[in-house]
Amino acid sequence: MTFRKYLVLAGITLFSTTGDSLLARGMKELGNVSLHNLSGLLLSILNPWITAGIILLLAFFACYMSALSWADLTYVLPATSLGYVLVALVAHFGFHEEISATRWLGIALITAGVGSVAAGPSVTAGHQSGRDTSLSVSRNAISQELKS
Amino acid sequence: MKELNAWAAIALITLASTTGDVLLSYSMKRVGDVGELWRRRGPCAVIGRVLGTPTFALGLTAMGVAFYSLLFGLSWGNLSLVVPASASLTFVANAVAAHVFLHEKVGRRRWIAALLVAAGVVLMAV
Repeated sequence: MTFRKYLVLAGITLFSTTGDSLLARGMKELGNVSLHNLSGLLLSILNPWITAGIILLLAFFACYMSALSWADLTYVLPATSLGYVLVALVAHFGFHEEISATRWLGIALITAGVGSVAAGPSVTAGHQSGRDTSLSVSRNAISQELKS
Repeated sequence: MKELNAWAAIALITLASTTGDVLLSYSMKRVGDVGELWRRRGPCAVIGRVLGTPTFALGLTAMGVAFYSLLFGLSWGNLSLVVPASASLTFVANAVAAHVFLHEKVGRRRWIAALLVAAGVVLMAV
C-alpha cells in the first residue's frame, strides 16, 4: 500500500458520500416515483442535484475500479463505510448537531471494523497473495512516499 | 404497502449490488493494477483493457439495476431506512460472495469487520 493508494481509498469515501447526499436531496425534490411513471424516473437525471450527484458517483466509480484492480473486494468495501462516520463528524463538529449515544456506538463499530481490515493484507486472493502483505511494509511505503 | 415496496427495493439493491461488486472485482483483477498500466501504457490502454473485459459490462449492468432500485427505494421509503438497511446487508452479502466466488481469504479479521461495519451502519441510522 502506497500513499497514492490510500488517496484512492479516501476518494472512494468522499465521492460516494457527497454523491449519495446530492442524489437523496434531488429525489426529495422530485417526490414519489412509481412504476406507473417510469418516464419520470428516467427524466430524473435532468434534475441538477441528481446530475451533480451522478458526476460525483462517476468519480467514485473510477476510484473504486482503480482500488479493485489492486486490492480485495473485502478490503476496499469497508473504506466506503467510513463515509457515514465522516458525515456524522462533520455534522457534529462543523454544524454542532447533537449525536446520540447509539450513533456514537455506530461510529465506534464502523471505525473498529475499518481498522481491523486495514491492519490486514490488502490482497489475499490466489496468485496475487504475497504482495503488500504486512502493515509495516505499507507504513514504510508511506513514509518513503512522503519524503520523496 | 409503501413499507413492503421499500423492503422489496432493499432486497433488490442488496442482490444487484453484490452481484455487481463481485463481477467488477473479478474484472479488475483480470485487468491488473491500473495505476501501473496507466504509467506504462497511458490512459487509453487502461480504458481499452477495462472495456475489453466482458464481465465488466455485466457488472456495470448489475450496478445500474442497483442504482435504479436505490432511486425507487429512496422515493418510497425513508433515506434513513433504505440506505443503511441495504448498505448493511450488502457488506455481509459481499463478504460471503467474495469468499465463495472470488476465493478471497476473508478470514476471521474480515468477517468480524464485515459484521462490525454492518452493525455500525444500522446503529448510525437508529
